This record gives sequence, C-alpha cells and structure tokens, in this order.
Amino acid sequence: MTYLEAISEGLREEMRRDTSVILLGEDIGTYGGAFKVTKGFIEEFGEGRVIDTVLGEAAIIGAATGAAIAGMRPVAEMQFADFVTNGFNQLVNVSAKYYYRNFIPVPMVVRLPSGGGMHGGPFHSTNPEAWFFHVPGLKLVAPSTPYDAKGLIKAAVRDPNPVLYFEHKYLYRHLKSEIPDEDFIVPIGKADIKREGNEITVVTYSTGVHWALDAAVAMEKEGVTVEVVDLRTLLPLDKEAILNSVKKTGKALIVHEDTLTGGIGAEIAALISERAFQHLDAPIKRVASMDTPVPYAPTLEKYFLPNTEKVLMALRELAAY
Amino acid sequence: MFMAKIEVVMPQLGESLTEGTIVKWHKKPGDKVRRDETLLEISTDKVDSEIPSPVSGVVTRLLFDEQKTVAVRTVIAEIETEGSETVLASAPPEAPSVSPPAIKPFTFTRPPSPPRVPAPPSGRFYSPLVLNIAREGGISMPELEQIPGSGEGGRVSKKDILAYVEARKKGAPTPGAAPSVAPAAASTIPSAPRIEAGLRHIDSGELTKKYPPPQYEILQMSNLLQKMSEHMVRSVHTSPHVQAVHECDMSKVDAIRRNHADGFEKREGFKLTFMPFICDAAVKALQQFPLVNSSIEGDKIILKKFVGLGIAVASENGLIVPVIKNAEEKNFVGLARTVNDLATRTRSKRLLPTDIEGGTFTVTNYGVFGTMVGIPIINQPQVAILGIGVVKKRPVVINASEGGAIAIRSIAYLTLSFDHRIVDGALGGSFLATIVKHLENFDENQIV
Repeated sequence: MTYLEAISEGLREEMRRDTSVILLGEDIGTYGGAFKVTKGFIEEFGEGRVIDTVLGEAAIIGAATGAAIAGMRPVAEMQFADFVTNGFNQLVNVSAKYYYRNFIPVPMVVRLPSGGGMHGGPFHSTNPEAWFFHVPGLKLVAPSTPYDAKGLIKAAVRDPNPVLYFEHKYLYRHLKSEIPDEDFIVPIGKADIKREGNEITVVTYSTGVHWALDAAVAMEKEGVTVEVVDLRTLLPLDKEAILNSVKKTGKALIVHEDTLTGGIGAEIAALISERAFQHLDAPIKRVASMDTPVPYAPTLEKYFLPNTEKVLMALRELAAY
Repeated sequence: MFMAKIEVVMPQLGESLTEGTIVKWHKKPGDKVRRDETLLEISTDKVDSEIPSPVSGVVTRLLFDEQKTVAVRTVIAEIETEGSETVLASAPPEAPSVSPPAIKPFTFTRPPSPPRVPAPPSGRFYSPLVLNIAREGGISMPELEQIPGSGEGGRVSKKDILAYVEARKKGAPTPGAAPSVAPAAASTIPSAPRIEAGLRHIDSGELTKKYPPPQYEILQMSNLLQKMSEHMVRSVHTSPHVQAVHECDMSKVDAIRRNHADGFEKREGFKLTFMPFICDAAVKALQQFPLVNSSIEGDKIILKKFVGLGIAVASENGLIVPVIKNAEEKNFVGLARTVNDLATRTRSKRLLPTDIEGGTFTVTNYGVFGTMVGIPIINQPQVAILGIGVVKKRPVVINASEGGAIAIRSIAYLTLSFDHRIVDGALGGSFLATIVKHLENFDENQIV
C-alpha cells in the first residue's frame, strides 16, 4: 500500500466507522481530489459527506471549524499546503482558540499536501509547519511511512482538537509497504525510533526520516551507529523521546525539509540545550532547506533541498568532532 | 492623634502601559487635599487622565517635577493623613494610586553563582558531557588535561574519556592518575566530594584507627532480583488480591502416579510428578472459566483465546516463570514433557527469552518446600495464580453422607489468588472447585 493509499484507506475507515466524519475541499468529490486521495469517496458516501467547496481556504477552514463546533468531525483538504495561508486567520484565531474561550472542542482535521522535490515551484512546494508550530491549541502531525500515515490520519480524526496533518507529496507514491488490516491508530504525541544507534541522534520527521535512515546505513559502514528519532507528531513534541536519545548518544543532528531559520529544528535545539546540556559532546547541528522560496528550476531545487548526501556530511562532521 | 504617611504611586492606566508623564500637579507641598479631589494630571501612550487623591490629608512631598516621565508603581507623592483616614486610604479597591503597604520596593539580589569549573590551563575545549563524566568519575582538571584526545583539534571526546575512566577502574596505568600530580584542592573540579576525598592528604594517625568489624554486608541485587522486586510491588499495587483455599484429595492422583511411575519413566525418560496433573486440571478449568484467563487494560478486559501456562520454577539465580505455550492444545503427556523440558532448561540456564513470554495464568508449587498453605502474588498482567501446597497424608472424614468414616487420605491445600477487579469470590471459588473436582476424579486413561 502506498503512502497515499494509506491516507485514503484511513479516511475511508473513519468515515465508515463514524457518520459525523465529513470531507470538505476543492474538487475532492467527482474529481477525487488533485492527488486522488478521495477518489471514489463521493460514490460511497454521497455529496452530503464529501463536499466540493468554493476555491477559498478561509471558507473551507471556517466551515470546517463551524461544523466541528456543531458536533461534526470535518476533514478539510488544502489542495496544496501553500494555500493554507488564505485560511490562516480562521485556524490560528478561531479553531485554535475556540476551546480555550468557550470550552467547546473543535475536532477537525486539515490535510496539507506539503513539500518539494517535484519541481512545483514556490507556490506548490512549501512546508508550512513552522507557521503553526507556534500556535497553542493546534496539534501538528507529519507521518513518514504508510503505516504512520494511516495510523495518524485515524488518530487525527478521533482527536478532539484541531489537527494539522502534513502529508508529503513526494512520499505519496514513492513509498509502499505492508500495513496490517486491523483497525489501528498511531498515538498523537509519540515519536518513534526508526533506527537505534549509540553515537549520534538524528531528530527528524517526514522526508527527513528517509534521508536520515539512508545516511545512517552509510555511517554504520564507517563504524558509527546513528539513532533516528522520527517525531511523527510536531506539536505537542515528544520531548522525552528526543532527550532520552540525546542523553544516550551525546550528539544531535536535526533534519527537516522546511527552511532553516525559525524552523522546528530551532525549538528542538533549544530544548536539547536547555534540558540535556550536560550530556552534549558536540554542538547541535541542523540540516534544512536554504532560506529562500522553493526554486522552480530543477537544478536549483536540488541545491536548495536537503538530501542524504547533506545529512551524511553533517553526520561525518559530528562523528569526527 | 494617629498620623500616617501614604505614598501615592504612578498608576497603571492600561494593561500594556509601563510609564506615565506627570502633566500638572494640582497641589503643592503643604496643601490640604480631600479624598477623590484631583491631585495631578498624567499623560500616557493611551490616555490622559486626572488622578484623584486616595486619601484626605496634607500633601507633604512631590517627588517629581511636571513633564517628568515615570515608571508605573513609582512613588510620586506623599500625603500625611490623620486618624481613621488611614483606613479609608486603602479602602477603595479601584484606587490604584495607593501603594499597597505590604509590597516593598524590589531590590534584585543576584543568586549566588554555582561554583565554576576552573578553566583548563591548556585552553583545550571540553564539552559539557566530558566535564560531566570527569566530575562523576572523580577525574581532576590536571588529570583531564593529560588525557589524549582523538576528537577535532585533539579534543577529548566522549569515547576518549569513557575509555579512560574504564581503564582507570581496572587499575591500568593512566597518565596523571597519581595524586602527586594534582595535590592542590584548587585545581580539582569543585562540588565533587569524591575527588577531594581521593586526593585528600591522609593523616598518618588515621591509618592506625581501629574500626569495629562490619556488622552487615552490602550486596548488589541481581537484575533478576531487581525485576522480581519491581514486579511484586507493582502487582500488589495493581491488583486487589483475594484468596480462596480449597482442600483437595490427591489420593487418586497419587495412586495413578504410583501405578504408572516405572512405565512412564521408562517410556519418557523422566519422573512422573504431580505437576502435569495440576496443569491439566488448570487448563481444563481455564477453558471453562475464560475470564480467569484474561488481563485488564484500562476499562477493557482482554480475554485470551489460548492458554499460556506459567510454571514458577526456583533456580539458583531466583524465581523464573517459563510458559507452556498453547497449553490447551496439549494432552497430558504433552504437558508433562513440556513441564519437564522447561524446568530442566530453567535450572541449566538454557531458557530462551521467548520461553518466559505469553503467560496467561500461573501455577506455583511451593508444596515441594513443605509449605502447607501459601498466598501467592499474581504474575501481572494475569488475573489469577494457583498455589499448590504439600501433598500430605491426613485423617479425614469420608463418605459423610453415609454416616461417615475416618480414613487416611493424601490431602493438599490449593490456593487461588485472584484479582478482585474482575474476578469475584463466586467465580474464583467455582474455578478452584472445578480444579479440585478434576483432580479428585482424574481419568487414568489420560496418562497413556
């Protein structure tokens, strides 16, 4: 099952399980969505639950927020994560704060097809998670595997808070794996050690996990074992998992596809230096995209994005330090 | 007459305001002022406002000139009051211009700094982790300076210092380990009493001091003991334990065991004990009462569709509970062989990790130590455990319905400890009675 099919399957299962789950988005009905995540959904669940909306993210997120307040469990699709900015006010000022002011939960999910690597240019390749990482009241998840993708979309639908679900477009069809048939969720707030190691910790998520795992294999041949901590949930951060791993290894590398400055890696670096300083045997390093919009030209995009080679170079520096 | 001095402070007129400018004083020192009469006008980023006097009295001091900008809560004037006015002064709760008498002006005192690690004379960089390991390992700065570093620019890495500490523990010669290299306390890392103890000059008088022979010995608990300790405490905290004790006439089982002793041993290569009989009875009872073969997770009961029968075995290292997997699929001989195999491998330390996993119910046979009645602790996350007391000849009343007679029978006391969160006395008692009934009416044909 591909990463994309896993998301689709998770949504379908939740819709069958709970009739209050509805979908909203642009062209998600008859057309099946820009990436076909909701293909066949309108046939199975009807127009009442798979709602084609206007081209307006403020309207989609606003309507989803209202539906959630009224007791539904809406899942809103952003056609591309970049477009979420049009609904920013709804998300950060209404969805995120509503429970704090009114004690009424807002159980909604916003799906954000994110990320670059497919020559989509500056308006179709963004990783916008850091904009929302700063917003109390939201939860952020970013799966790296088909298993986590399915388990997290199901957990997101069941969660009583607004959950932003960052699904990476490059992983959609590049990843395939066996997934158990039975009903399972991946708990929100729990990181996963994707590979164990003793010398260096890589804290990462989404595409970063795959660069880190490939680089870790190469490092092992050079005699250095690398532990890969896949955050899976970005907010709330699984601080214990990060700190436990860094306390074990003494060296930390943070990898994300989002741009470097003010990214999630900055917060993780601060966390480590505040709470594991005495355990550090090297400076904390970060590998991330460059601080520019995502370039359109393939050669420039390749230069801009992190990759296994860049992660490997950072790991070698840490190993030699 | 009671006099009091009231301090008037710069009020905070908006939650984000930090200062205000005095525009005009309406009173000068020596003037009388009534409560709520305008004392001054102030101007802030947000509003201009007249500030009323909080009390009636005489203005004694104005601390700032007009047009001066002052931080909120700064004292700007003093008013002398008479008599009961002091009470009034603090009465209006919305009067922000009265300084609450309990709050004293803040003076910041710097907390004492933690003792600093002396800078290494060489200027070589040590990471927090390396300094930490050095401190914990009792390595002084001069000693640390001697350790060769394999990191960037000759830095001592985590690996280097750990290897050094390890070598030092084993007594291998290490550079700079001799106390004479680091005699001065000042050159050791502070806040590490162990280092100082190690380097302290020993008075020769101490060497002749007589100590009484030790009255106790300190042993390190083995891993197994630590695990057992943690598990037993957790079990008692988790499950409300309730016990039922039944008397069981083992005469028939004993007779069967004797009848088949030689043939069985010749055929199977090991002795026929009571254990397979009890296991057999337990498995059959568990199938009849599946709730006893379960575990609890939150508000859910997990019913197991298989029986993993744990057998408590005492080994020289401690208590181990290997598991007969899928015990419900085994006949009597199969159970006997598995019990024998697990017990043998436990004692010879050849158990695999998988041998101790997957238990759903446990049997413990403390009767072998002569114990008559035991009260076992549940093996979590199971919900019940069966304890077997010693099988002993006793005078008992038999054929009670026909007037009764006293006979010598082989009797054992069986104890069931169960988790009263889900197993009540009715279920526990019925379950145990079923085991007893099965043992007292054991079908000899099962043996062959």
